[in-house]
Amino acid sequence: MTPLLQVRNVSKRYGSRIGCAEVSFDLYPGEVMGIVGESGSGKSTLLNCLAGKLTPDGGQVVFDTRMDGLVDTLTMSEPQRRMLGRTDWAFVHQHARDGLRMGVSAGGNIGERLMAVGERHYGRIRGRAADWLDRVEIDQARIDDRPEAFSGGMQQRLQIARNLVTGPRLAFMDEPTGGLDVSVQARLLDLLRGLVREMGLSALIVTHDLAVVRLLADRLMVMKGGHVVEAGLTDQVLDDPQHAYTQLLVSSVLQV
Amino acid sequence: MNAYNFAYLDEQTKRMIRRAILKGLAVPGYQVPFASREMPMPYGWGTGGVQVSAAILTPEDRFKVIDQGADDTTNAVSIRKFFERTAGVAVTERTIEASVIQTRHRIPETPLRADQILVYQVPIPEPLRFLEPRETETRKMHSLQEYGLMHVKLYEDISRHGAIATSYAYPVRVAGRYVMDPSPIPKFDNPKLESEAIQLFGAGREQRIYAVPPHTRVVSLDFEDHPFEPTKAEHDCDLCGAADSYLDEVIIDDAGGRMFVCSDADFCRGRREAGQSGAKAGALS
Repeated sequence: MTPLLQVRNVSKRYGSRIGCAEVSFDLYPGEVMGIVGESGSGKSTLLNCLAGKLTPDGGQVVFDTRMDGLVDTLTMSEPQRRMLGRTDWAFVHQHARDGLRMGVSAGGNIGERLMAVGERHYGRIRGRAADWLDRVEIDQARIDDRPEAFSGGMQQRLQIARNLVTGPRLAFMDEPTGGLDVSVQARLLDLLRGLVREMGLSALIVTHDLAVVRLLADRLMVMKGGHVVEAGLTDQVLDDPQHAYTQLLVSSVLQV
Repeated sequence: MNAYNFAYLDEQTKRMIRRAILKGLAVPGYQVPFASREMPMPYGWGTGGVQVSAAILTPEDRFKVIDQGADDTTNAVSIRKFFERTAGVAVTERTIEASVIQTRHRIPETPLRADQILVYQVPIPEPLRFLEPRETETRKMHSLQEYGLMHVKLYEDISRHGAIATSYAYPVRVAGRYVMDPSPIPKFDNPKLESEAIQLFGAGREQRIYAVPPHTRVVSLDFEDHPFEPTKAEHDCDLCGAADSYLDEVIIDDAGGRMFVCSDADFCRGRREAGQSGAKAGALS
């Protein structure tokens, strides 16, 4: 099987400081990879480099596109990369405000990607938007409300709907459950797990919450100081951590 | 009067503006940046249009200025006087006699000819501005033809009002490439953007010039199931009886009395001189 995403030696420096260094891994179709580590360990830098939001200093990010097969996204032209960004890729921000248009209704938010790829039929756009509101468990009656009127959890679910409406194959998620209370987190995780399984979506999830990766991720990478210090199957890494930092991380979680 | 250079601006400035105009004509709908000058009138009064007019006027031209369709409002009168004084050109109120027409918020009802130039005053040239505040981002969206956001605005209109409620400054796509703000003309005038005349747009404060060459395809954006519709008041002109011109609603007394009159004053006068009359024509004269 061809990996959906092949990452080779991706590095990013901020002047003399290291953002992330020499990161390599493969992500296969339908697989969910968790990236954990403390604040400042380079998780978000890595994610932004892979999603084309930052330009890495070196390395390769090869994506298996639908049309042209394997393409290095770092060397492809900007229009192509932006097109990928609204079709085959999804990016879920930690703060829903960063990923939503707060002045535009929920339906318009979901429809934006459809209109960006050329859909010009109001009825169909609205139908798809209503369908996606259902799938992320938001009442269809709220289709014309602005995200400002939504709770934090609903905003996050709306952001997910807005990203998944074009049927992407790879989702980048930056702390999708950060800032939500635990019961809302649980529902969101449940929803995400369902969607990932149902759509055969691959995902890269950056988080510092080990419970999130335990539930969602098939594999896990642990980062510290910009380097990947440990990688493997989620259960294996969490149950039998080898690196000192991973051991610290696992033992820091409160057992209730 | 020769204390001024012809048409107020110095020759180097006019050359600079003409270069911007030529570039605009070569790339229809593209906003060409230009070094807008201070004009002896405030921003918002048509400083962009005035600079474009100054750059294209010749001593043989006959100049007409309209503001919301009328030749006799403050804005129109002052700009006309300005060029009478600084360029000494002949002026007219008749659309068919004019070779250069500067306009604010309207396109004349009388179809324009190939030997005429229409100059628009534009307040905000960027059609994406209220959707995306960053200039760097809107430029990128234009260069990559990422115009989905424009339809998000129309979607919001329909979801809130049941129909596309944008009634002026209605976005158009020029020659299948650039999305353009046609300046705040009513959408009734959008079909007239496909014209035999050259159309130039000047935005003084925002320092942009753009253009629509003659016979260029100009398509108003819409949805398949909510097509573009040019709208006007459901009425005939009360002075000249015209059923196909854009109308102003005028309140005529304190008892709720009102009448509808052509917004294009020259068009209305022409019809009345030709013997046409509307429902209230006699009552007012």
